[in-house]
Amino acid sequence: MARALVHMPAFARRGAVIEIRALIGHPMEIGYRPGADGKVLGRDIIRRFTCRYNGEIVFAAELQQAIAANPYIAFYTRALETGSLEFTWEGDSGFAHAETMPITVTG
Amino acid sequence: MTATKPIDHARRTVLAGLGTLALGLVPVLPAGATPEKMAAAIAAFTGGAVPVPGKMMLEVASLVDNGNTVPITVRVDSPMTASDYVAAIALFNERNPDPGIAVFTLGARAGKADVSTRIRMATSQKLVAVARMGDNSFRMHSADVVVALAACIEGEA
Repeated sequence: MARALVHMPAFARRGAVIEIRALIGHPMEIGYRPGADGKVLGRDIIRRFTCRYNGEIVFAAELQQAIAANPYIAFYTRALETGSLEFTWEGDSGFAHAETMPITVTG
Repeated sequence: MTATKPIDHARRTVLAGLGTLALGLVPVLPAGATPEKMAAAIAAFTGGAVPVPGKMMLEVASLVDNGNTVPITVRVDSPMTASDYVAAIALFNERNPDPGIAVFTLGARAGKADVSTRIRMATSQKLVAVARMGDNSFRMHSADVVVALAACIEGEA
């Protein structure tokens, strides 16, 4: 199970633009490097990252091998209603991870 | 002067053999990205449209110590309203094994067209960020980066 960290405010005023920073532990193996036994290691990367705000996709990213290990993505979204943000990472060999963060919108 | 010796072809054969052997030992590197491949990848993203430089910023250090993690930020000047927003941002390089880096999908709800991540760079090269706006126009900004320690070369420790 991968370890993921999501930093974002738990409270926000309605309409405020909030920063979200998402980090996940993953080697992002590029598929071109030789391993300790000299054989080329197979590709193992996270292909897609998605952020849903109460079910609606507000941000998505298609990643390739040029994204560094332990992918870090920072982006912004508008706080519109109280609810939760769901973050999902999907990758090679069936990799999948999800995190959910609550947000309370006031005003 | 004594009579010239017959040319030692055996030595040549051995040398040629060594050359072939050396070629065989060169690690099988993937066909790398080239400026042409990057241009093709950008054209594939824009659907053939030529992106207009300006009104956006690709922020990255001009000298990078370690190519394994290079922090980069892309900002696009946009009010992010329903009529004028950034739909997507794509990042390209010209000398990694593959010309593509990532494609970020945004929308009017993003509030701010500002995305940061960390990338790998195999060598000193040019990076290009292309933004697709809501009206299907394209913008771009590029940056030249010098890399001291390259990524993607050494094997597993």
